[in-house]
Amino acid sequence: MAQKTPLYEEHVKLNGKIVDFAGWMLPIQYKTGIIAEHNAVRQKAGLFDVSHMGEFSVTGKDAFSTLQHVVTMDLSDMADGQIHYSPMCYPDGGVIDDLLIYRKSETSYLVVVNAANIEKDYEWIASHLVGEVDFQNISDQVAQVALQGPLSDTILEKVTDKKNIPEKYYTFLDQVPVAGRPCLISRTGYTGEDGFEIYLAPEDAPYIWNTLLAAGKEEGLIPCGLGARDTLRLEATLPLYGHELSSTINPYQAKLGLFVKLNKEEFIGKEALTNLKATTDKKRVCLVLVDRGIARAGDKIYHGDVPVGEVLSGTHSPTLGKAIATAIVPVSLNEIGTVLTIDVRGKMLKAEVVASPFYKRNQ
Amino acid sequence: MNIPNDYFYSKSHEWIKFLDDTTALIGITDFAQSELGDIVFVNLPEVEDTIEVEDSFADVESVKAVSDIYSPVAGTVSKINEELFDSPELINESPYDAWLIEVSDITEKDDLLTAEEYEAFLSEEA
Repeated sequence: MAQKTPLYEEHVKLNGKIVDFAGWMLPIQYKTGIIAEHNAVRQKAGLFDVSHMGEFSVTGKDAFSTLQHVVTMDLSDMADGQIHYSPMCYPDGGVIDDLLIYRKSETSYLVVVNAANIEKDYEWIASHLVGEVDFQNISDQVAQVALQGPLSDTILEKVTDKKNIPEKYYTFLDQVPVAGRPCLISRTGYTGEDGFEIYLAPEDAPYIWNTLLAAGKEEGLIPCGLGARDTLRLEATLPLYGHELSSTINPYQAKLGLFVKLNKEEFIGKEALTNLKATTDKKRVCLVLVDRGIARAGDKIYHGDVPVGEVLSGTHSPTLGKAIATAIVPVSLNEIGTVLTIDVRGKMLKAEVVASPFYKRNQ
Repeated sequence: MNIPNDYFYSKSHEWIKFLDDTTALIGITDFAQSELGDIVFVNLPEVEDTIEVEDSFADVESVKAVSDIYSPVAGTVSKINEELFDSPELINESPYDAWLIEVSDITEKDDLLTAEEYEAFLSEEA
């Protein structure tokens, strides 16, 4: 039986179409539909329940050393209140998961992981602790809502003081009130827009969810489901574990080399990744379908008659009004304008390599 | 849920509207479009294709998934609704006007449901 987030009853009240996602009962969409929800986030604001995400606390004298050992990003330059994104790799360079690491202090970190990987990640980190460190899976004690879109800041200011809102992208403020309840406000997101991820106690979640929806009503804020979360993140070309990332995909193939710091003294996967940086001959590309149709994950891709890969994610892009897809193909085919063929349910459809990401907001 | 009285229905949620004894329009029901969500692409057969009962003659894609559409009759495709290529959202907006194909020379029909029977079928399914 799938688990319910603390906001389950709210989704039912809002006529959310509930599906089982990674063992969680969450709305794929509300009655507004995926496209309206997607457009709300691009143009105004949307509110997502992302309480299914996993959270770990890493505290103690060697909290830093432990995290520095298990992730590929260099955490040594982090200040309190800063967030880093990082892959976490196996010794062979395959990706275990991609994480957000929040530095609360030198001896206290919050790690946010994908819902589907909570147990795997927990076991991996727990078996690779370094020195004196207290490592806890606190997922059950943490709910999360994501307020995303260009008007997020305006809306959040209605329910908290301006000084409680982190100014810079990838920073956070902890123990600040949102509608009077203590929260961690993080200026991050998974949509390609400005916005916030708000971590809070599960018992406060329905109150804060409803307060935010009411506060943002005049700005056009609407609740958004997993369907829009997926189209938004794919347009922004943000990877989804199980699609653009997996144990058989290394960060260079996924075009996440920026988050692998080989000059770091030591970390799991360093040796393999040093080698893979030089030898990786297949990389992730962005494709737009030229022919009519929508490619889906798993569809086979050809260059001429030669099989060159398969679709990792594919959907209709509401912003572009076109079908888009990601794939990992030989680097010789990564050039913009390269034409590939995708077998979409038996029909051979043309697709063209385009610039990555598909969508980038005007800053 | 909107279920017009002058149409017939299949258990796979297509509607069929007879223009005469052997000619009919086929589309998908209000229930089907609401289950699918925002429809963004429609793949239709070609005029003069012959179709059999329960053939998948078209597919419609929502943002999330693709669904086959099955024919409740056997016959020949005499028209396709080309407007849907540019405006697939018409199926969401007005499912009983947004016909997919017209079938002529109908030789065979599946067990079709009346509006009342289809409504009963939906409430059993729910």
